[in-house]
Amino acid sequence: MINKVVNSIEEAIQGVADDMTFMLGGFGLCGIPENSICALSKSGIKGLTCISNNAGVDNFGLGLLLQKRQIKKMISSYVGENAEFERQMLSGELEVELIPQGTLAERCRAGGAGIPAFFTPAGYGTEVAEGKEVREFNGKPHILESALTADFAFIKAWKGDTAGNLVFKGTARNFNPMMAMAGKITVVEVEELVPAGELDPAQIHTPGIFVQRIFQGKDYEKRIEQRTVRTRE
Amino acid sequence: MALDKNGIAKRIAQELQDGFYVNLGIGIPTLVANYIPKGMNVEFQSENGVLGMGPFPFEGEEDADLINAGKQTITTMPGAVFFDSATSFSMIRGQHVQLTVLGAMEVAQNGDIANWKIPGKMVKGMGGAMDLVASAENIIVAMMHTNKKGESKILKKCSLPLTGVGCVTKVVTNLAVLDVVEEGFKLLERAPGVSIDEIQNATQGDLIIKGDIPEMKIK
Repeated sequence: MINKVVNSIEEAIQGVADDMTFMLGGFGLCGIPENSICALSKSGIKGLTCISNNAGVDNFGLGLLLQKRQIKKMISSYVGENAEFERQMLSGELEVELIPQGTLAERCRAGGAGIPAFFTPAGYGTEVAEGKEVREFNGKPHILESALTADFAFIKAWKGDTAGNLVFKGTARNFNPMMAMAGKITVVEVEELVPAGELDPAQIHTPGIFVQRIFQGKDYEKRIEQRTVRTRE
Repeated sequence: MALDKNGIAKRIAQELQDGFYVNLGIGIPTLVANYIPKGMNVEFQSENGVLGMGPFPFEGEEDADLINAGKQTITTMPGAVFFDSATSFSMIRGQHVQLTVLGAMEVAQNGDIANWKIPGKMVKGMGGAMDLVASAENIIVAMMHTNKKGESKILKKCSLPLTGVGCVTKVVTNLAVLDVVEEGFKLLERAPGVSIDEIQNATQGDLIIKGDIPEMKIK
């Protein structure tokens, strides 16, 4: 068994530097690497390109890095709920590249899977297609999209073992498995770190081969963006 | 009388068929889930990675790890499944989802749809909308027929940046049910008490009226 465990958050993020490209898992605030984001915020590194479906909210998630102006460019599909983000974008301090969500997921998957590019129908005929090669397959136009990789991928899983095998909970899985594959160094934080052998090999979502560092996370806030309930009758 | 948002959702629910996998967009489309005909089995897909979505949780039972694409807390039905975003969009692009219902700022008679960007205003992003409209075979747009100023949103040609081209097949508005056909918008039904003239006046695109146009049957 190859042991992937690092014993501190400092060790987990060792090697991060200015102007790097990061992937960060999560959909909204669900399944985001809370511990790693805090550590990156404290590290003070800047000029970052962050690939993440969303950009957090003002004072949580990637909003923490935005507040300290550590991010130079965001690559996302939807960046709604963040006033500081809007301010930086409109003033030109922050560069933003918006990508259809399925294309973003597939570009990460492709990056991790050794597929340099692929054709997709998503975005054909829209501004997303500008400057991209168009080719017809089965009578339908498709646009060429390239793979994405990152210097570091920051991932959040529910359970993980010392070999780096991961299990996700609910919809907190989202972009985490593809980004784990596409990171040159993939750093995973888990709610519960268990010895190798404890997880059922047939039930593992992300094999440890995609993971370089894993650590036991702590103090999860797990903020809910849109708490919606129904009343009991 | 023109329909309200729930009325639009009720009419769209009549398009559901037993065994359908359905993706509902944010806004009016979400309401469709409240009006599934009795005895019909459909499963709702949410692009953030769940199939078999159930109703909102009871207070105190919310789970931060269980949300829909609108980031609202949800529950799951028996037989539900979670998956990653690449698998989710494989279901969508691979046409495994039988019906997509989404909102729009504008639709055009060539089937174009615009629903993600207004130039000069904050751009929030297209999310999964471009993937959905590019691939789904069966797209119903749920929308108000006109904007707040009373201007038509049912157009000859979209003026806003497009989300997808030639993809809309059916439109259900507060005034009418329309099919997108070669020559324009074919009027199929009118909202209860709404006249053909009212629909014509609210439609900037070419409206095709053939024979008697029945009223929608909304309970």
